[in-house]
Amino acid sequence: MAIMSFIFVFFFFSSLQPILSLYEDQVGLMDWHQQYIGKVKQAVFHTHKTGRKRVVASTEQNIIATLDLRSGEIFWRHVLGPNDVVDGIDIALGKYVITLSSGGSILRAWNLPDGQMVWESSLHGPKHSKSLLLTTNLIIEKDNSLIVFSNGRLNAVSCIDGEVLWKKDFEEESLEVQQVIQPPGSDFIYVVGFAASSQFETYKINAKNGELLKHESTAFSGRFSGEVSLVSSETVAALDSTGSILLTISFHNGKISSQQTPVSNLLEDSLGLAVIIHSSVTGIFAIKTDAATIFIRVIGEGKLEVVEKTNHETVVSDALTISEGQQAFALVQHAGSNIHLTVKPAHDWDSNLLKESIKMDQQRGFVHKVFINNYIRTDRSHGFRALIVMEDHSLLLLQQGAIVWSREDGLASIIDVTTSELPVEKAGVSVAKVELNLFEWLKGHVLKLKGTLMLATPEDIAAIQYMRLKSSEKSKMTRDHNGFRKLLIALTRAGKLFALHTGDGRIVWSHLLQSLHKSESCRQPIGLNLHQWQVPHHHALDENPSVLVVGRCGPSSDALGVLSLVDSYTGKEFSSLRLVHSVAQVIPLPYTDSTEQRLHLLIDADKHAHLYPKTPEAIDIFQSEFSNVYWYSVDDDNGIIKGYALKTKCSGNVADEFCFDSRELWSIVLPSESEKIITTATRKLNEAVHTQAKLIADQDVMYKYISSNLLFVATVAPKASGEIGSVTPEESWLVVYLIDTVTGRVLHRMTHHGSQGPVQAVLSENWVVYHYFNLRAHRYEMSVIEIYDQSRADNKDVWKLVVGNHNLTSPVSSYSRAEVITKSQSYFFTHSLKAIAVTLTVKGITSKQLLIGTIGDQVLALDKRFLDPRRSVNPTQAEREEGIIPLTDSLPIIPQSYITHSLRVEGLQSIITVAAKLESTTLVFAHGLDLFFTHYAPSRTYDSLTEDFSYALLLITIVALVAAIFVTWILSQRKELQDRWR
Amino acid sequence: MAAVTPLLLLLLLSSAPSFSSESRNAYNINGRVKIPQGLGTKGYALPGRMSNVKVLLNGGQNITFLRPDGYFSFHNIPAGTHLIEVSAIGYFFSPVRVDVSARNPGKVQAALTENRKGLSELVLEPLREEQYYEIREPFSIMSLLKSPMGLMVGFMLAVAFLMPKLVENMDPEEMRRAQEEMRSQGVPSLSSLLPGGAMN
Repeated sequence: MAIMSFIFVFFFFSSLQPILSLYEDQVGLMDWHQQYIGKVKQAVFHTHKTGRKRVVASTEQNIIATLDLRSGEIFWRHVLGPNDVVDGIDIALGKYVITLSSGGSILRAWNLPDGQMVWESSLHGPKHSKSLLLTTNLIIEKDNSLIVFSNGRLNAVSCIDGEVLWKKDFEEESLEVQQVIQPPGSDFIYVVGFAASSQFETYKINAKNGELLKHESTAFSGRFSGEVSLVSSETVAALDSTGSILLTISFHNGKISSQQTPVSNLLEDSLGLAVIIHSSVTGIFAIKTDAATIFIRVIGEGKLEVVEKTNHETVVSDALTISEGQQAFALVQHAGSNIHLTVKPAHDWDSNLLKESIKMDQQRGFVHKVFINNYIRTDRSHGFRALIVMEDHSLLLLQQGAIVWSREDGLASIIDVTTSELPVEKAGVSVAKVELNLFEWLKGHVLKLKGTLMLATPEDIAAIQYMRLKSSEKSKMTRDHNGFRKLLIALTRAGKLFALHTGDGRIVWSHLLQSLHKSESCRQPIGLNLHQWQVPHHHALDENPSVLVVGRCGPSSDALGVLSLVDSYTGKEFSSLRLVHSVAQVIPLPYTDSTEQRLHLLIDADKHAHLYPKTPEAIDIFQSEFSNVYWYSVDDDNGIIKGYALKTKCSGNVADEFCFDSRELWSIVLPSESEKIITTATRKLNEAVHTQAKLIADQDVMYKYISSNLLFVATVAPKASGEIGSVTPEESWLVVYLIDTVTGRVLHRMTHHGSQGPVQAVLSENWVVYHYFNLRAHRYEMSVIEIYDQSRADNKDVWKLVVGNHNLTSPVSSYSRAEVITKSQSYFFTHSLKAIAVTLTVKGITSKQLLIGTIGDQVLALDKRFLDPRRSVNPTQAEREEGIIPLTDSLPIIPQSYITHSLRVEGLQSIITVAAKLESTTLVFAHGLDLFFTHYAPSRTYDSLTEDFSYALLLITIVALVAAIFVTWILSQRKELQDRWR
Repeated sequence: MAAVTPLLLLLLLSSAPSFSSESRNAYNINGRVKIPQGLGTKGYALPGRMSNVKVLLNGGQNITFLRPDGYFSFHNIPAGTHLIEVSAIGYFFSPVRVDVSARNPGKVQAALTENRKGLSELVLEPLREEQYYEIREPFSIMSLLKSPMGLMVGFMLAVAFLMPKLVENMDPEEMRRAQEEMRSQGVPSLSSLLPGGAMN
């Protein structure tokens, strides 16, 4: 890689062709893409037919997907809209996947093999209600039909084309429908529910035409709580709201008869807060309390019997019909590091169809859900496979006592990402599995040469591709020269931390954080963000780097905080603490102690600052910088931005010397009737700026206003904070501010009339780029603001420089009121945006490109030169030489500059850029439901040879040159000899 | 196969209003995405297969999918001005501005925002195909020669074979003079530079 002498020649020639993008065969060399589906909510197996066995799943991320049952790979997947929550899925006619979504108002059918939507129908009704989907084999007017209850209306829908065959409204205000039941083999439907929480209602309905056959209701002295569990096709079990009485209600032939059983008859102690688990196992229902799960069997007419009470974490599956009249269900229980999977027939609790014990990785937590499916073994007995969803959102298939495959679907909901360096390669430690020998190296290059000369056979091409993709170089577990190999540390919503290798995206370690584990004192833990706690480089090299995970015990900002420190190399959580204060903000300070631990300031909801780590050394370092610490807070709801500084030690509790009071320095109160804060953006803390001066045409210099305390705030009219199309251009506006967060000085304010959000913004160096919607043109727009320091502009005078009367050496400080000027320009942009970021390089020399996450879940790279406020329609010759592009009204979209090429990062949430050690290259990680990682060189890799550089061609050239030299030498000698003879 | 039937359907349906009212203030938007058969053949979406095309309303607030014939619909949309975008790998679609009028709910008001072209009915076609990869130039002698190595070899060859030709065309008298001059100045010839040449 370091044949520097050729670089300049090479760079010169390669710059003739403007290639920024990839060739198709380069896919996968530097990038990787992983697809996930999220936490599975419901799963339906499709294993009846011969052919590929599939499982259809709907997830909490509103995805509907089919997976290969053998490998867990995704066959197809559709991401529904953010409000299009899936209520139920099923398979109809053996070829359609039916989904009911959006609170029961959209019913769709998808073709099972390829995921093509077949039909879609919209179901409406008189009121909001629970949504239930029931597939039947009822045939109405020759069509197989579905029964859907949603929005207070019962619909029969044709499976073939989604047409509504009949509908029946249940308009009674207080009626809460709980179940829709079709007794097998009958042609009527029961709709059962509660009215006013104390009346039990049943409706018997003719399934052929929706006619009401019978309606009965019975009053109950207490109140019902929650769900009902179906015990048989004509009996349900329910629990009253006090948790002391169990009811079994049978409605045989529409006649209601109920039986009340006090819980005290069955159990010694009362239940307390209990819920009936929704299951469909005949004859058995389960009640879950805080401490235990209780299984109760119904014997005959309303007689109940407790069959088992378990104190372990227990999960029950739905019933599965295995043969005529025989049902089975699965139970999963934890025991130490194993889980026990038991499949029992519904009629006989004491016998087991299957009992397996499987060793389970502790880092997956508890089992949350289980789905079972059966198959016929060669000896005609029943075999079972179980799909389990774990606490970390991973999905596993169990069969014959082993894990067949697992999917790490927790990675579909990443909250925050940071990076960590890999260990330094040491002499004694061999990390690469197989180092290539010289012969293999040469053979590889000869193959590559054949590829370049288009002489390779298809097998050769396959070999070349394999060689390039499987290069052991990129997935080593050590640091490299170019800084391409790193660990991406990702915190997921399930409270699990993953370390991914940037080379190939494999999971190096994963750890379910103890601090973010549900417990008595912390009922709803949520992860907030990740920070680099310790990045050893100088005098603490023998220590492993570590990351700080910040979380809190509840969704509100005043919930108590939790911290964890995790070793980045091993994933061990070496420290975890529960804080006595809340966490509103985390400020990593630019100071480190002697072990390279970074000082962090945690601001709580009462604006007290807490210093971490809590060591005397930290406080010593902090005391000296005490007066230089400023921070700000943005209150979106009230439209107030405030700046703070530290005051004194906390006055309340004397013991805590790591706690400080704050004082308010400034505040900006935005008028709440006309402005609402929707977006803020700041500079990245680790961004490097190469030079403050910017040379412009005709040898002039402009000085960038570079301050790390710059805050961009965008506000819109409160009326226009909704969606597009809800306001007219006259009553909407967008106001943007650039604020210095130390002094509270508003450096720039600009209003875009007739525009509205959502606003996506990125701030870097001395500019901010933001994207918003222009209602007048009805197009999206992107604007750029550049801010320049005018007070340094006088330094151009040579005499001043000579005399020493200049301020070039004066530090950039927020204390001095610099005179600034801003330049701004706007352009149209075609797409909606999901995320925006800017490339980041280690020294900031390389020109910048914007990385734009479009609505189509692709990431587009756009040169910052297109967003230059100095663009004009007819740039002068000097400006053209400087690289100013003639002004156009819209920004170009060049398909080759999609860095995700033909891939989609479904559900794109954010784009993270990390500088590699090589100045030309940025590492880009985009995550949403999918993960995508690539290297990107905004100005091409001018400082290293590219991957497809042909060493063999170089070698041949050298050989050819040497040969030519010898030939000419011989020729010239011969000629000289002839001359002498003459 | 799927492409023949939709064309017929289009003729039948084109007279029907694209916007049908559902209830008092919620409307449906119905439209169609049409990917010409001529494109698509070398693109990413196979012809007739449109399962990976998404239609998005107002920046992803609602998402819907295409039926096999390319039709799509949004349900329960309030009156006002909306923006429809089509996301299809391999094609560039212009966003479409759609006005749903509360007063006369059969009225079609749609325009491409990229080129402000009005649409009489909501049929969305890609403006262009998108090619995400550079096309590898097929192997040619020229590209090899144009590469830095090729240029170096070419230059060497030119020096080695064309220079003596130039020298030959010179007048022998002049040539001898030049050679003598060179020898007297001690400018090393190519042969004397090399190890073997030093002997004479």
